[in-house]
Amino acid sequence: MAEELTAPAVACEEDAPQLSVRDLSLRFGRGCPACQGAASELAGNVCPACGTVHAVRAVSLEVYPGEIVGIVGESGSGKSSLMRCVYFDEQATGGDVRALPFDGGARNLLELSPQRKRAVRNQVFGMVYQNPHLGLRMGFSSLSNIAEAMIASGERNVGAMRARGEGLLERVSIPLARATCPPRVFSGGMQQRVQIAKALSANPPILLLDEVTTGLDLSVQAAVLDLILDIRRSFNVSMLVVSHDLGVIRMLADRTLVMLSGRVVEQGLTDQILEDPQHPYTQKLVSSLL
Amino acid sequence: MQQRYNFAFFDEASKREIRRAVLKGVCIPGYQVPFASREMPIGRGWGTGGLQITLSLIGRDDVLKVIDQGADDSVNAVNIKKLVCDTTDVDVTDDTARATLIQSRHRIPEQPLTSKQILVLQVPTPEPLRTFEPSEAATRVLHAEADYTGAWLELFDQIVAYDTTVTGADHPVVVNGRYVMAPSPIPRFDNLKLDQAENLTLFGAGREKKIYAVPPHTSVRPLDFEDYPFVRERFEGVRCALCGAEGVFFDELEDEATGEVRYQCNDTAFCAARRAQQRAHGVAPDDAAPEGAPDVVPSTASDAASDGSAPDAEPGEAPGEREVR
Repeated sequence: MAEELTAPAVACEEDAPQLSVRDLSLRFGRGCPACQGAASELAGNVCPACGTVHAVRAVSLEVYPGEIVGIVGESGSGKSSLMRCVYFDEQATGGDVRALPFDGGARNLLELSPQRKRAVRNQVFGMVYQNPHLGLRMGFSSLSNIAEAMIASGERNVGAMRARGEGLLERVSIPLARATCPPRVFSGGMQQRVQIAKALSANPPILLLDEVTTGLDLSVQAAVLDLILDIRRSFNVSMLVVSHDLGVIRMLADRTLVMLSGRVVEQGLTDQILEDPQHPYTQKLVSSLL
Repeated sequence: MQQRYNFAFFDEASKREIRRAVLKGVCIPGYQVPFASREMPIGRGWGTGGLQITLSLIGRDDVLKVIDQGADDSVNAVNIKKLVCDTTDVDVTDDTARATLIQSRHRIPEQPLTSKQILVLQVPTPEPLRTFEPSEAATRVLHAEADYTGAWLELFDQIVAYDTTVTGADHPVVVNGRYVMAPSPIPRFDNLKLDQAENLTLFGAGREKKIYAVPPHTSVRPLDFEDYPFVRERFEGVRCALCGAEGVFFDELEDEATGEVRYQCNDTAFCAARRAQQRAHGVAPDDAAPEGAPDVVPSTASDAASDGSAPDAEPGEAPGEREVR
């Protein structure tokens, strides 16, 4: 525990953020004058006048090199939607996302052409979904799953891809004898580990983890969390971690954002948030954990 | 001709619509053009795509040849020929060189086609990315963005499982450096015949309602990996039991009683022409010079004359290696 928390967020401040998100919004519906402003009052995240759903409302955040940023919030608070917008699974309504490793942060990723977005997905981001069915091709072998991003970025050497795939599977403790099995025949925990290996295949500088441990039993959860920290240590990857589980956030995240009804209501060092929550919602969240 | 029908079964508007799709396909090599596939008097999945192209293109002067799995006289080929004849009265032939329009399933004839000929292939599954991505809307986007990861991934998955690609037929190809295309279920053996071919090749998928094309002199490259290059089916040391041909695509026939295995040319017209020629020259198949397919064009009289004086095959060379271009 102590070791994770000593990861020096302050030292990272000197570097430019790997990922910066400005005023990201996602809404379903046209919107109306009553709900357009960032400060407008809604019933939850629904506009009482026009019924538009504001899933994500002007969220800004930065992820520095080697840093893990956590996002907590109840279900429906917009944390996964935020993640999906960053990974282009969902088309954001507005906002600005820049990634330093892609083009030095020169362009807004949300405005790139579909081909370039695909390149960003393949080369800059690694995504791990809560449900392995979303992130894996269940009918293809585990090695093929890991090779997919490499093939997409132009690799045409089977031997090289196989070697890299086997290395990654070893890393996530999948026995090599199972490397040619499709993830369909694996247990949930193994599928999640294959998904992590797949996310790492193209050496992405930024990992996006969406509820990675939800639904896994406690010992497997611990193993997956250990693996994530281990990956951060060895590859110095930046990560954005979404979870509703404060235990996971406490173990992983250097900094934490608390989301409620599509907005960030509180942010700061994870310790600070957990020990001295300011917003009533965060207070409720923390007290229900203890 | 049964006068109850318009020439070539279709009304003129239908033929025009299908030809329009064909033209678009020729303009964008390898691109699958959607078209309004017609109801046909044969079931979808039995060659309706190819048949619609044939009927829309055929004219009174055309000479038609129909092949099914290399054979001119299998049920499906015969029935398609009958339908076209009944509604057009065009000449039908088995002779590859004489035909101007060749409709085929599973094979490209052994004898190289010329710029005067059109090959029409029947396609069951035109979408090379279909097993990777079930949604048509999604595969169209993948084609538009030239993202063919799925086609490569499928080959990679086969190599991981079997240490070789196991595409018996329908090995995906890149056409003109742009579109990845399913070459219809022709064996890998025939894939390279599409590359820089003299003839126009048209692909029709009636059930899937797609038409696509490989125009003459277009580059067609099978997908492969650096360390797992594309290989054709190998028939080293195999000769046709009937005509003695080497270096062609063979059928393997096993005698169930004796367990004896024989090989026979898959292209029956090619084999029959060679045998006719051997009979004319009084040569038994076993004495025939081991000539490869491209060297022997057995069908016309002039070829037959030159054939006797053209034993230019190098015996030391393996037929498999010789044909890879």
